[in-house]
Amino acid sequence: MKRIWIVALNTFREAVRDRVLYSMVFFAFLMMAAAVVVGQISIGIEDVVIVSLGLSAISVIGLLIAVFIGVGLVSKEMDKRTLYALLAKPVKRWEFLLGKFGGLLVTLAMNTLAMAAGLFLAMLYVKHSLHAADLVVLVAVYFIWLKLALVVALALLFSCYTTPLLSILFTAGLYVVGLYVLELRDMPLDAMKPGTAAFVKAFSYLLPNFQNYDVMALAAHGRVVPGSLILSNTLYTIVYCTIVLSVAAVVFSRRNLK
Amino acid sequence: MGYAIETENLSKEFPSGFLNLKKKTSLEGLSMQVENGEVFGFIGPNGAGKSTTIKLLMGLIFPTAGTARILGKPVSDTAMHRDVGYLPEQPYFYDYLTAAEVLDYFARIHDLKVGDRQERVQKMLKKVGLETAGKIQLRKYSKGMLQRVGVAQAILHDPKLVILDEPMSGLDPLGRREVRDIILELKREGKTVMFSTHILSDAEMLCDRIGVIVGGKLRGVGAPGQIVDIKARGMEILFEMKGSSSAPLLKNAMQTGDRYRLHVEENELYPAIEQLRGAGARILSLSQVKETLEDFFLHLVATDRAQAAAVEVSEK
Repeated sequence: MKRIWIVALNTFREAVRDRVLYSMVFFAFLMMAAAVVVGQISIGIEDVVIVSLGLSAISVIGLLIAVFIGVGLVSKEMDKRTLYALLAKPVKRWEFLLGKFGGLLVTLAMNTLAMAAGLFLAMLYVKHSLHAADLVVLVAVYFIWLKLALVVALALLFSCYTTPLLSILFTAGLYVVGLYVLELRDMPLDAMKPGTAAFVKAFSYLLPNFQNYDVMALAAHGRVVPGSLILSNTLYTIVYCTIVLSVAAVVFSRRNLK
Repeated sequence: MGYAIETENLSKEFPSGFLNLKKKTSLEGLSMQVENGEVFGFIGPNGAGKSTTIKLLMGLIFPTAGTARILGKPVSDTAMHRDVGYLPEQPYFYDYLTAAEVLDYFARIHDLKVGDRQERVQKMLKKVGLETAGKIQLRKYSKGMLQRVGVAQAILHDPKLVILDEPMSGLDPLGRREVRDIILELKREGKTVMFSTHILSDAEMLCDRIGVIVGGKLRGVGAPGQIVDIKARGMEILFEMKGSSSAPLLKNAMQTGDRYRLHVEENELYPAIEQLRGAGARILSLSQVKETLEDFFLHLVATDRAQAAAVEVSEK
């Protein structure tokens, strides 16, 4: 556990010293500033516009960081051979993977929180006050972070056995498919052969469900997010990440480092 | 007590060619032992299988066949790394960290206590001559400086066995001398050192025993003197002579100014000296000319290439 934490801390330090990360966060703040401007010209629905645009900015920037840094977590270490010296120390490969995952998760939490603070400032600027109902925005931010954790786990899995470019494509592809997973489950399967229908159904449950994390509309309108959804999304993320990371650990433990 | 390193029939094939359908053998049936407390040199040309062997020992790649044990433990056991230090070939470390931070990171991984950690880091930086550059980010380091960081992290935790892959690579003469001194110091401390190199003089100078690997096969193991079956190939006389002389031996000598260098067979040494003294020469030095490790090494490589070419021709 201690070694996982040490690797995680180093991953976080790497991200903190990476200028690309700051430029992305700066871009997010820029988008929020734009949201304020757009909000001011959207008479009557300023809150909705600001929250929607702000959460979108947090989500998009978070996704970019999760995919690109996530894919590089292992592949960059292999390409640059920084991994050689580390794995020749008493560190198990799965400990390294978990450490990298944890480090990026902490980084994403910090970024997401910083951007959320920016969003609250923007809301305060437009509305001149904040209410308890606005806390739902925090739940939406938490869901974005859960979603990013799942994306990082997938990026890590793919980068354990394929090239960075393919890993990016696979992760992004799976994310897009995961946004429509409920539609896939609701597809009329009667027209299909029974075997095919069963396969499609089972496949739809294997795919990551990113739709459940989207509570942007609720947050924008200040509506309450059910506690059961918070619990189920949290558990879903933990279970799915555990499975994905376990597979990644098995794949990585058998990989020859050339 | 067992061996520091022990391999048995260790082999490694890598997939190659279109769709990885072919196999390329990088290491074939390596069986060898490295004794505790010795300095063992692993020599061979580029692509001979030195780094492949070391990576197999470090668990970075997995063998196609055979087994390897380090300090009595199988190489798959992560715990054996507690007592082993490793310098990768052309090492590269996190370039956003300073040398002191990288060493501190590895010291934490080795579970060194806070006080010990800081002391060890400073000691290692001093040992590799980086005490003034310890707070500079590694992105600004030269290749030689990175190599020094690599050596420092390999010996940071006071390991029993140190494995160095091309430790002299990228170093200037001073750096090479420092690494040689570190290896000798480790030997004095009773540590086992295995290092790979293609710089034969380093191996001759430092090693108790060497293993020669060519084309993925171990071609010989033993003390440098034993392995090349060093024989005197004659004597070299260095002498000084002013003016001209008609001594017949002078025809065979290489002249630089007033100085001459003459190679003679051992049994012709004394008559040659008499003849030179008779001609008014002043003898400056006498030295035995031996077959070098390099001669042996080049002979092996040439044989290996000839065999490979013969196989290629017969396959056609």
